[in-house]
Amino acid sequence: MTDVFVVGEHLQDAVTEVTFELIGMARELAAASGGQVIAGLVGSGVTGLAATLGGADRILVVDDAALELFNPEAHAAVFASLLSGTGASVALVPYTSTGMEISSHLSESANRPLVSFCTSVKIEGGLGATCRLYAGKIEADVEIAGDGAIFAVLSGSSPAAAGRSGGGAVVEQTANPIDPSALGTSPVGLILPEGGDVDITAQDVLVVVGRGIASADNIQEAQALADALGGAVAASRPIIDQGWLPKSRQVGKSGLTVKPKVYLSLGVSGAPEHLEGMKDAETIIAVNSDPQAPIFGVAHYGWVGDLFDLLPELVDRLDGS
Amino acid sequence: MPTLLAAAEGTPSREVFLNFGNGSVLTFYLLTLFATLVFLSGFLFRIRKYARGRSRPIRWRQLERALVQIATQRTVAKRDRAVGLAHFFVFWGFLVLLGATTIIAIDEDVIGVFLDRPDLQFWRGTFYQVYSLVVDVFSIGFIVGLLYLWRRRIRRPDRLDYRRVDRNPDDYDRTGYTVDDRAFLWALLFLAASGFLLEGFRIAATDFPPFEVYSVAGWAIGRAVSFLGTEGAETARVITWWAHSGAAFLLIAFIPYSKAMHIVVDVVNLMVTDPDSARALPAPAPAALGDDPLSFFTWKELLDFDACTKCGRCHEVCPARASGAPLSPRDLILDLRELADSNAGIDLWYGAGAEPRGNGKVAGGFIAADTLWACTTCMACIEACPVGIEHVSTIVQLRRQLVEVGDVEPGLQNAFQSLSRGGNSFGKSAKQRARWTKDLEQEIKDARSEPVEYLWFLGDHASFDPRAMSVTVSVARLLQGAGVDFGILYEAEVNSGNDVRRAGEEGLFEMLRDQNLEALAGVSYQTIVTTDPHSLNTLRHEYDLDRPVLHYTELLGSLVADGALRPGGLEGIATYHDPCYLGRYQEEYEAPRRLIRATGLELHEMGRCRENSFCCGAGGGRIWMDDSGLDERPSENRIREAVALGDDVRFFVVACPKDMVMYTDAVKTTGNEGKIEVVDVAQLLERALEGVAVG
Amino acid sequence: MNSVVLLRPVPDPVEELELNGDGTDLDRDYLGYVLNEFDDHALEEALLVKEESGGSVTVLGLGSADEMEQMLYTALAKGADRAIKLGDDVGHLSVRAQADVFAAALANLSYDLILTGVQAADELDGQLGMRVAAKLGLPHVSVAVGVVAGEGSVRVTKEFWAGITAQYDLRMPAVLGVQAARQAPRYVAVSLIRQAQQSGNLSEEDIEVPADPGEVKIVAVRMAESGSGAEMITGDEAAAAERIVEIIRSAGKG
Repeated sequence: MTDVFVVGEHLQDAVTEVTFELIGMARELAAASGGQVIAGLVGSGVTGLAATLGGADRILVVDDAALELFNPEAHAAVFASLLSGTGASVALVPYTSTGMEISSHLSESANRPLVSFCTSVKIEGGLGATCRLYAGKIEADVEIAGDGAIFAVLSGSSPAAAGRSGGGAVVEQTANPIDPSALGTSPVGLILPEGGDVDITAQDVLVVVGRGIASADNIQEAQALADALGGAVAASRPIIDQGWLPKSRQVGKSGLTVKPKVYLSLGVSGAPEHLEGMKDAETIIAVNSDPQAPIFGVAHYGWVGDLFDLLPELVDRLDGS
Repeated sequence: MPTLLAAAEGTPSREVFLNFGNGSVLTFYLLTLFATLVFLSGFLFRIRKYARGRSRPIRWRQLERALVQIATQRTVAKRDRAVGLAHFFVFWGFLVLLGATTIIAIDEDVIGVFLDRPDLQFWRGTFYQVYSLVVDVFSIGFIVGLLYLWRRRIRRPDRLDYRRVDRNPDDYDRTGYTVDDRAFLWALLFLAASGFLLEGFRIAATDFPPFEVYSVAGWAIGRAVSFLGTEGAETARVITWWAHSGAAFLLIAFIPYSKAMHIVVDVVNLMVTDPDSARALPAPAPAALGDDPLSFFTWKELLDFDACTKCGRCHEVCPARASGAPLSPRDLILDLRELADSNAGIDLWYGAGAEPRGNGKVAGGFIAADTLWACTTCMACIEACPVGIEHVSTIVQLRRQLVEVGDVEPGLQNAFQSLSRGGNSFGKSAKQRARWTKDLEQEIKDARSEPVEYLWFLGDHASFDPRAMSVTVSVARLLQGAGVDFGILYEAEVNSGNDVRRAGEEGLFEMLRDQNLEALAGVSYQTIVTTDPHSLNTLRHEYDLDRPVLHYTELLGSLVADGALRPGGLEGIATYHDPCYLGRYQEEYEAPRRLIRATGLELHEMGRCRENSFCCGAGGGRIWMDDSGLDERPSENRIREAVALGDDVRFFVVACPKDMVMYTDAVKTTGNEGKIEVVDVAQLLERALEGVAVG
Repeated sequence: MNSVVLLRPVPDPVEELELNGDGTDLDRDYLGYVLNEFDDHALEEALLVKEESGGSVTVLGLGSADEMEQMLYTALAKGADRAIKLGDDVGHLSVRAQADVFAAALANLSYDLILTGVQAADELDGQLGMRVAAKLGLPHVSVAVGVVAGEGSVRVTKEFWAGITAQYDLRMPAVLGVQAARQAPRYVAVSLIRQAQQSGNLSEEDIEVPADPGEVKIVAVRMAESGSGAEMITGDEAAAAERIVEIIRSAGKG
């Protein structure tokens, strides 16, 4: 019997989608071994959110005004305390900006092995996982020595619906075990993005450029195509980091999640962080010169070739219509 | 004091200080001394400025060529025959008049006054008569030439428009430049005209001595003013004498502080200029010198800055300027002159002088980084410059300063990083370099493991750019078909570094060159053949190889000449674009043209062809940089020129992989698809061998 | 403020990866390595902080790639004051082992800030910065996108997603996992890298490589499935364009 602990994540008064995915994954694992799914939820005013975690058997809530804004140091310590209190040997943590702060800390404090970039986890026949390494290009099967581990799971690895119901859903309030004011980390405040630029989440058609676009200059050509399609240009992280497009155009984990009708990617290889932000688009067309680019794994249509050859051909055909 | 009559009655000659009192003569000598001192001190300041520049060897081999250029005024006539002829007259007129004055000075001042040996004076008799005729004829030419040039200032061609391309008209004032030009022109005209009047008044005042008829113009003017009578003419003569001398003194004193200094500076500059300055770039200036503008430049560069006459020929031909980029080679050189003069303490009455801007350095400060990055290193400015200014190496030197402080154009930075990682600018793995060979039926020898006669150095675009790769395949098939023994370096080849060096990244160039040299060291070959003219340049001039380096059009040409390839049968009209790095850089204009004709096509030349070819805009690292801000890309300008030749021109023939890339794009962006086809010489040749009917 | 930047090489993302004979790892024999791009951003941010607030930047490099020294010289040329290469040919280490090595090396240094990349493509067992912070008991923020140095503390911007960020004041010393520096990593001329090679500011330090506990063991690797769901369009660019336009139109757009 193995209990599975899930680190719950919430932002702006809502539990994140990946939390449900992890609870769903945990349900399967726990069912196979006859264990329970125990979810943790930490923050201020989160008691109300606990009710939504219907897939968990037990929901441990630490609701404290001192934990209002996510605090890496405080949240990691609270989750470490919750985990050790449950005695669960397996923990699933989302591989996200907040989960990242927690997973390594749990590994160090509980002295458990940690596996990152997981897409699936297994308990039966020995702990193990499948991970996506090297920006998603390589898939690795790993085995864990021992009976406990922390798994940092990529979002999109499991359906979220399975995590919304089916558990006992007993909510247990737990006092905050730590004094955040004694920590070295003090949250200052949350900063929401400024509007003004194109809202890529509201577009029906997105032309998304990646590293393959090679220079800032070439983005114009993509813009011409987007104009012909009545859509907008978005980009993967490397393009934003270069400063070639504003942050508001970034698709992916550290950017925006988009669900356009048509998602046409040019020279985007498809790192897991990117796929996370676009995998639910209605029609995904991917163009890349590398036949092994992971983007083809989520695309509906793919073409292997030089995007600079294709772009003018596309613009020609669309301009005429 | 000799009398008027005495002079008139004697042997052919004249008195210089005719009817002058001692006071007048003394005044004249004092003025001479003063003007000479101003002249000398002006040049002394300049020479001291040059001495502060870095050293650089002089290539005296250039001397003979320079003397011919100066005597024939060939470099001035090159692009504009009328101006060349006018300047030829002015140049020789000025020289003869200078010689004439020198003869008088020797005869009168040195022999007559200083040595006091009137018996040795030679400015008389037949010599005097020949002298009079020669001087008058050349003076007429002098005036005619000046009048033509003056007319051009009124009906001013674009290249003499001093408006800057990089600044708002309200932010600078160049009226001083125009005043400088006019002052020089009018001073010369006044000097020549007053000289003739003086001669006429003198002949009239001396009552027309028969031997003076050889002063043809003076005699005619004398006749025209004979109504004054001898007395009246004598008064006019004295006034004109002083006006003429006064103007001469002013001009002499004015020379080192004005456009007139080109009389001296440009003669020297043409003698010491290095015709290969852009082909084999000089070593970088030591980094520590970057803050002192004068010691950053070589003495030759400082001389270049003074040599500029603002003729605007470089401004006219510059593809960066034509495309709306903030670079005019003329303005760059003039700015650097102002900077150098300010730092040397020379007052530039006609210019704004140097104001510290930006980072305080020359590059990125006084000269904007955008201006420096705009250059395509096409060498058109050097080719057009009549006075031997070496613009390209100066620009590269300044780009090096930018690279040193990390102030690198973003696209270029990207390319540099890819090049230092994988040896190519495409950000591709080195292992993919020979991927294009998979389309070949017959394998290409690996030169690293077997000896070859020809080592084929492809270059990045020929290896990685899909548009150029098809040309590469054509070249390979042609060589294979002709039975040439050749091989390639496969993934051991890295970018030749030609453009990297011209973009100012000297260290990266050295790294790439050393990698290629290391690969070549293990290869048994006789000759290198390259697809890329840019690689051709650096391999020929900057690699210090002991074996010949050919362009593929040269090798294909010899294969056609030997009968190894027998093309023919194509019909239609083609025009050919001379790549800068094959044409101006290697002076290879014929090989590609012979190949085009061998296919059977008729060749129609564009107006700008051969050494006057217009750059595609890709050179000097520009291919990696952002060109979205340009009004019209140079490649688009060029395609429009080709299309304007007429509808019967079907092929735009290129001989450079970068051209293939640039012009294929430009045909699309200018909407000329279907009207004209961009095709490489090798592709045409392949079609001509297949006997495919065209046209 | 004195910063230490932890640098690691990763396989060059432009290289096509190949697997070793028994399918348990990459074929590392012919692999080219580059500096982990997030570490490059960490270095850039450290240099920006130094330029704004003074202090020094020390870089620590760990990894068996031949390119490691070059990466450290590049860091010196960019403005780092001192570079230390940890060990020589240490082989591929787990993140947990890397954290042990870095923590031991940090014990000999004085610092206010430790910066490293938020992640690396081959970090199978957690994030280095977080692990180092846990070992040293220091406050930590990952996905950092901006740092402003203050007196005794540092204000860090952390990115969540969708452009939402939060700011934290960290008591120093602190550890940052940097996602992106405030500006793209600077370019440094090759000539300056050569000068850095002459500077003598690179030292090597012997390390004790911790025994691999073998707690996370890769049993099989494969190229990630690609094109599994996608209908691959064949033909040249003209054919592809034709088909793509058709697909877009049938999706009701274009």
